[in-house]
Amino acid sequence: MKPKVAFYWCASCGGCEEAVVDLAEKVLDVTAAVDIVFWPVALDFKRADVEAMPDGSIAAAFINGAVRTSEQEEMAHLLRRKARVVIAFGACAQTGGVPGLSNLYDRESVLAAVYRESPSTANAEGVLPQTHYPVNGETLELPVFQERVRALEQVIPVDYSIPGCPPTPKLLADAVAALLTGRLPERGAVLAPDKALCEECPRRDSKPEKLAIQQFKRPHEALIETDKCLLAQGLLCLGPATRGGCEARCIQGNMPCTGCFGATSRVRDFGAKALSAVASLTGSNDEAEIARILQSIPDPAGTFYRYSLPVAPLPARRAPAAQ
Amino acid sequence: MPEASAPNGPIEAAAFEPKIVAFFCNWCTYLAADLAGTSRLRYAPNVRVVRVMCSGRVDPQFVLEAFAQGADGVLIGGCHPGDCHYQEGNYKALRRYHLLRRMLEQMGVEPERFRLEWISASEGERLRAVVNDMVETVRALGPLNERPAPQVLEEAVVR
Repeated sequence: MKPKVAFYWCASCGGCEEAVVDLAEKVLDVTAAVDIVFWPVALDFKRADVEAMPDGSIAAAFINGAVRTSEQEEMAHLLRRKARVVIAFGACAQTGGVPGLSNLYDRESVLAAVYRESPSTANAEGVLPQTHYPVNGETLELPVFQERVRALEQVIPVDYSIPGCPPTPKLLADAVAALLTGRLPERGAVLAPDKALCEECPRRDSKPEKLAIQQFKRPHEALIETDKCLLAQGLLCLGPATRGGCEARCIQGNMPCTGCFGATSRVRDFGAKALSAVASLTGSNDEAEIARILQSIPDPAGTFYRYSLPVAPLPARRAPAAQ
Repeated sequence: MPEASAPNGPIEAAAFEPKIVAFFCNWCTYLAADLAGTSRLRYAPNVRVVRVMCSGRVDPQFVLEAFAQGADGVLIGGCHPGDCHYQEGNYKALRRYHLLRRMLEQMGVEPERFRLEWISASEGERLRAVVNDMVETVRALGPLNERPAPQVLEEAVVR
């Protein structure tokens, strides 16, 4: 019998599902080797089907997306019970991802922004999502929208993670191959190379020995040369602080790295370390000038914690204990 | 020494004493603290000093970790500009400080809780003034980690 594999999505955009689809014809190799027993985005299996499976009967569950609702939390626990190996697939599952940035705000502010205040919202009665709602004698249910966003490992034990927003099809194919051959690394490992993106960057040779940046530019503020180190052009590229293994896809698309592969194993907190790496490149020793140059980074938290705020040390007091 | 409460009086709630984690560079500010000590200068005992070789050694991760583990304020002390034992470690500290301060503010940490000061080995008196001032500033702000917890929410959100 072929090993069983499940895919699930929590708080995510669907891009990680796209990474699976991007296996293209290789997906046939995958389905030849494994049975996909659960994949809500593509296959018509339901939660009850998973519940009916014996515990530990799934070889591996690939879960993408962060955890924000009670349904996502329940599904994470369910798949943890049913699967022998759980893989956090993609930046949101691994470290919270973009949805995790909402941890900068409390739950009420998030609901108010989305359902009441955004300019495109028409909600004169101020209706907010409710967990129970009676209609025609029936009660409709919605999952609870929890206080904050969590990474998967803050909800259930996770065996491995595959970084990226989204991960590359190659990393997925490698992970499946490792699963099939049993050649998995130590539990807890990140299934990607453990070196900085700069080391595999095609523009590496044009990176100057010493960088002294006079203004941090955002992509729309510059005409970007296609063959020169982006930092040398003043673009805020997080390559020096970010794990490689993404095949430098953004760089090849002439866009700076935003850090979706997270930190290497030597770094505890990606955001603080990335901030450190970037700030050090400020090209001045004069305090007023330093402050002026750094003003060209308008949103430090959103820039450096774009993918990892829920696993950051701060804001600690916003973290209620896991239920 | 704080006075013991009167034996018959009610036990008062302990007043808030700010905890300040201070990273002092080996060559200047730590020696200033030494000088303050040998000069018998009295200053607020709220500072836990961590000696580092250079203010440039203070990784922003240390600062976040200090706040996360209960510090109400973080103070970095380094050599004056131009005086760094390692040429420009203090400039790197200065650059990181400016960006980190802004990021901390986004994360709910008031900028006054995080401070970078240049204090040379001969400035024991200045060290005292800076520490006392920081302790009073943070005392006025109150504890960082014991503010009202986010409101505990019921399952249903009513209209």
